[in-house]
Amino acid sequence: MSTSHDTAADFDAPGSTVFTATGQDWDQLSDLLKETPEERVVVNMGPQHPSTHGVLRLILELEGENVTEARCGIGYLHTGIEKNMEYRSWVQGTTFVTRMDYLAPLFNETAYVLGVERLLGIEADVPEKAQVMRVLLMELNRISSHLVAIATGGMEIGALTVMTIGFRERELVLDLFELITGLRMNHAFIRPGGVAQDLPPGALDEIRDFIALMRKRLPEYAALCNANPIFRGRLEGVGHLDLEGCLALGITGPILRSTGYAWDLRKTQPYSGYEDYDFDVITWDTADSYGRFRVRLAEMDESLRIVEQAADRLSRLEGAPVMVADKKIAWPSQLAIGTDGMGNSLDHIRHIMGESMEALIHHFKLVTEGFRVPAGQSYAAIESPRGELGAHVVSDGGTRPYRVHFRDPSFTNLQATSVMSEGGMVADVIVAIASIDPVMGGVDR
Amino acid sequence: MSDDTLPEATTESTTGFPGSGEIGARVGMFGVTGSGDTSGYGGLVRTVALPPLATRPYGEWYDQLADAVTDSLGEEPRVVLHAGELTLIVRREQLAALMQQLRDDARLRFELCSGVSGVHYPEQTGAELHAVYHLLSMTFNRRVRVETSAPDSDPHVPSLVSVYPTLDWHERETYDMFGLIFDGHPSMTRILMPDDWVGHPQRKDYPLGGIPVDYHGATIAPPDQRRTYA
Repeated sequence: MSTSHDTAADFDAPGSTVFTATGQDWDQLSDLLKETPEERVVVNMGPQHPSTHGVLRLILELEGENVTEARCGIGYLHTGIEKNMEYRSWVQGTTFVTRMDYLAPLFNETAYVLGVERLLGIEADVPEKAQVMRVLLMELNRISSHLVAIATGGMEIGALTVMTIGFRERELVLDLFELITGLRMNHAFIRPGGVAQDLPPGALDEIRDFIALMRKRLPEYAALCNANPIFRGRLEGVGHLDLEGCLALGITGPILRSTGYAWDLRKTQPYSGYEDYDFDVITWDTADSYGRFRVRLAEMDESLRIVEQAADRLSRLEGAPVMVADKKIAWPSQLAIGTDGMGNSLDHIRHIMGESMEALIHHFKLVTEGFRVPAGQSYAAIESPRGELGAHVVSDGGTRPYRVHFRDPSFTNLQATSVMSEGGMVADVIVAIASIDPVMGGVDR
Repeated sequence: MSDDTLPEATTESTTGFPGSGEIGARVGMFGVTGSGDTSGYGGLVRTVALPPLATRPYGEWYDQLADAVTDSLGEEPRVVLHAGELTLIVRREQLAALMQQLRDDARLRFELCSGVSGVHYPEQTGAELHAVYHLLSMTFNRRVRVETSAPDSDPHVPSLVSVYPTLDWHERETYDMFGLIFDGHPSMTRILMPDDWVGHPQRKDYPLGGIPVDYHGATIAPPDQRRTYA
């Protein structure tokens, strides 16, 4: 720990003192603070802090333990994904967007792909099986994302068991993703026109086992937390934001639904065939962190219901296509199981290398050049675990996106940090931010 | 592009119909030039055109919206209907009043703004920088897009934070990425890039960057220097 009067003059009011806390020195720091005549303390929390959900920097102005002002500093995870996409083909775009909000990769892919499909005019041509698989994957993803939200939120208030069991269950979802898409995260599985690959053998059985297991385990969270006096004491009334505040700040998702307003794009503006599934929109009426926890907890049950219905539909769709029939858009090859696992389809390689020159040209053109998307712009919005995830897709008629912008709900919702935490205690800032559930990969993109 | 290299500012407003119509042309077939093309495809010229302006009747609830907007603008709005989405194209002088009306008018009620997205069209002289807003009416379950533009020489658009507070960070991001200045914003600073960054990365004249990479003896050029097929 150190104090410095020189650096203080560089960036703060004259006469103020800068203390640098380096860990395990709180005793000395609090002694020094006692000697300081000023009550107002500005604390720079993060960007490296376990309870800031990644690299979020909070600048808190404190009077004692009360927060008088809270501001966010973001951008530490900015990776220029939107810029990079302008230099790749439309299909390659999915490999970029999946890395934005890394807890909800399949939602990023779907939002982007829906925008591209709208410009291509093939929304109605995406086969049923691809639609059902998208819904199945998204709802599994919603469960895993909400589990992380609840797990990390619990960890930050000291409820470590919630964290360990949350990540335990999330791992089961990631195993399913690995089985279906080949990867635990960053799938690039949902592609313009459908999905990359058919369901592998045995996937539906694994999904049904998972549903049965989760039906037993989800009530554990409710039993552990819902009536827990410490849990309720930390969450109730914290991070209050009413409906009016939500709409002014553009906040959607569980935060909006915790005010009692049943706005869910899956119901109000259905996409990917959500109108065919039977599920309820969960709301709560307390508009606080506890309400958001209960909304997320109950939404996982609803997601399980949708997963179950999707699995039933998939069992009747064996062998159905998962990609549009239009060969000018559909990826020319599918992977196949070989002696050394999943890899290139030897049949396809034999076809293009030995049998058909035209097939080779077609493969080469689609894979290197890619397809063209008619000029125009579209905005596809879906209900991600954090709220409205929108993809603004602009094409100039070329083989690459002219501009893609993601309206990430984490980015928008994080603006509520100030109104949720100012006037409260510093310990409640952590709870309020955990109830926003920001994912910095999505905030900074 | 840093701020001091900008051309002299003009007071000229945006002309034409930025957001619709021709925005350029594509020559050749594969984006290759100077290769001694004998196929004849090198002579291809295709114009690049965004969807055209729509004319009345627009159908569905679009006419009702256009009527309400006409009351506020005092003139018929420019409308693009494409891919089932409606875009209102307005001059930046009209933007603030229009957005206020879109939010407050009982016939419109666009309560939620999904943010602003910048687009850079270097070929659209006098309207290079576009600001695109997506609005959602939860009352009527409708969406609309509002697009406005500013010339590169005078990259100013009114801030709408007073109408939609959610635009605070969105406008900062668009400024950060495109250099569009939102007049009246409470704190027009960078948000994603470092405070001392020079240039606005999402502009088309800003290079992607990158270095050549050696891979098994072959040299792979950075993405923005590879062959393009656009």
